[in-house]
Amino acid sequence: MNSVNPETLKSLVCSHISDAEVEVHCYSGDDHFEMTVVSASFAGKSRVMRHKMVYTALGDHMRAAVHALALKTFTPQEAVA
Amino acid sequence: MSDSVQEQIAAVVNDNDVILFMKGTPKMPQCGFSQRVCAILNEHNVPFSAINVLLDPSVREGIKVFSDWPTIPQLYVKGEFVGGCDIISEMHEDGELATVLSPFKTA
Repeated sequence: MNSVNPETLKSLVCSHISDAEVEVHCYSGDDHFEMTVVSASFAGKSRVMRHKMVYTALGDHMRAAVHALALKTFTPQEAVA
Repeated sequence: MSDSVQEQIAAVVNDNDVILFMKGTPKMPQCGFSQRVCAILNEHNVPFSAINVLLDPSVREGIKVFSDWPTIPQLYVKGEFVGGCDIISEMHEDGELATVLSPFKTA
């Protein structure tokens, strides 16, 4: 299995969600990640829809190199709340 | 992926008010994320059905196609996909899960 670095995941999300502010780091080995994504495009969307947007951005990495992704999604307003 | 797997998943999701697709069983979860969701459901006193995806590779892959969701566990309530471990944990913390589960609580 190919490993993937956090910067790659971050740039994938940023390329799909243009205003995304992404924080990502590994927490166990090289295939468990924690990610927080802040984007205005999440406004009015359910949690499931938001997570699917991030999963779509990660594409095949989600099935291959990423064993586990702990994900939090916020709009800019929610992020400061 | 055979359609019959998708049909079987749809049937079991529709026939069970609260159903968790997980790794292992509620008594012996085989994954920390599945364990966490079981613990949350137990805290809400909600009886739930559980499908151990580790017993059948076609279900393990099929449930990801069914919900267009790449990870397990997956919780369904009244036929609707509610979320995976992160979403269930957030909904538990902000009280939304209690609302979703309240019709299914045991007294």
